[in-house]
Amino acid sequence: MDGGATLTTMTASLIRAVDPAFLGIVLISLKVTLTAVGCAGLVGFPLGAALALGRFPGRSLLIVVTNAFMGLPPVVAGLAVFLLLSRSGPFGGLGLLFTPGAMMVAQFVLVLPIIVALTRQTIEDLWLEYRDQLTSMGADRLRAIPTLLWDARFSLVTTLLAGLGRASAEVGAILIVGGNIAGFTRTMTTAIALETSKGDLPLALGLGAVLMSLTFAINGLAYAVSRLGARYAG
Amino acid sequence: MLRRSVLTAALALALLPAVAVAEERTITVASTTSTLDSGLFGHILPIFEAKTGIKVRVVAQGTGQALDTGRRGDADVVFVHARAQELKFVEEGFATKRLPVMYNDFVIVGPAADPAGIAGSKDVAAALKTIAEKKVPFVSRGDKSGTHLAEVALWKVAGLDLAAIRGEWYREVGQGMGAALNTAGAMGAYTLSDRATWIAFKNKGDLKIAVEGDKRLFNQYGVMLVNPAKFPTVKVADGQAFIDWLVSAEGQGVISTYQIEGKQLFFPNAGDPNA
Repeated sequence: MDGGATLTTMTASLIRAVDPAFLGIVLISLKVTLTAVGCAGLVGFPLGAALALGRFPGRSLLIVVTNAFMGLPPVVAGLAVFLLLSRSGPFGGLGLLFTPGAMMVAQFVLVLPIIVALTRQTIEDLWLEYRDQLTSMGADRLRAIPTLLWDARFSLVTTLLAGLGRASAEVGAILIVGGNIAGFTRTMTTAIALETSKGDLPLALGLGAVLMSLTFAINGLAYAVSRLGARYAG
Repeated sequence: MLRRSVLTAALALALLPAVAVAEERTITVASTTSTLDSGLFGHILPIFEAKTGIKVRVVAQGTGQALDTGRRGDADVVFVHARAQELKFVEEGFATKRLPVMYNDFVIVGPAADPAGIAGSKDVAAALKTIAEKKVPFVSRGDKSGTHLAEVALWKVAGLDLAAIRGEWYREVGQGMGAALNTAGAMGAYTLSDRATWIAFKNKGDLKIAVEGDKRLFNQYGVMLVNPAKFPTVKVADGQAFIDWLVSAEGQGVISTYQIEGKQLFFPNAGDPNA
């Protein structure tokens, strides 16, 4: 198959795919990933800042562990969440396995270390820069956390995007805990995996192109917002 | 304060789907990749859902994995194709009854050039022997799926000890049927496939059916309700409603009307006591 023919088949497959079911897949993907990344941000920013400024025994170890968990294989995270949420597992009573909730939990686990680790680095650098100023104003390390987080907000957008990239690209974890159920837990990436296994490679490739376009759009939006914000904040 | 309320809202949003689920009538069915990849569920489920209002959520796995999903209580119904494993599942008490639903058959597919020289054969045992003797690449599912178990059993039928003869030519991919077909196509290898997935498969490329029509290639599907005595969370009424419909005259009729390119993919046989 030459390039032109591939492109034509791909487009045809895409047009076929642009129906309510397809839009549903996009919406589920966005809902799961944005919720997971949002929650990871809410938890991860303060945690990362606390890790940057706090002084407690075991801090170095915790930093190493956090950094190492940035490389947590999605399939391992998925398996762990699967075993925890299974009816036979400790949290089986929640009935979350094979639901979007389970996928959010898995992606949260994957994204949190990235946000904590990158936030820690950002805030630590900022603290070194402003330490004298902040201490002279009478702020101790813990009280400086909100100030520094606010001051670093535009850098932290990039942190959030790194987390978003991790979450929207992964398939290993959500395939295990979500089950790739049509119309319920089928996302862009699990749909791509399914179409590949059905041998519909043009459709799989087309879905991949849509996923990439969405990622571009979100990143472009984030970039524009932070640039505008930075200019406004002066 | 603000942060806390945002967090609460986010958590509520995260848990929303779980809450919404409780209000809808749904069952979770652990089934095989062949029933999903072939499009059967896409054909029969809308009809069942329109009739009963019960939404069926299918988690497609290999038969071994699907049975394990049932064993952990993570599905209400298990719909798979490995009779011996299903009977074991019942024996272990994870289900009280297994019902036959439908059958089709397995085929050996391979490169059109037919390097093993087995094309057109109706003797699967002889064909496997030839593949092993000539050490022609063969892709095995290697994932304890129904098809993998059938393949392992067929090597035995051929009088071959897989552990002794396997070599570089025998390639376990540990993946679903579609992935195995993709791999076989790319490697110029033979593989065993259920006929439904094969017919529905869109990336056939150079692959063709080499061996079919041997009655030892029979492929029976069975369905079971996970035992509520083991897992009180099993949705007994709705799960049983699905099973009853599958084996009813209506369900069997719907299964028999599923065709791709004019070919019937599954043959209902719920009435056969020996199936």
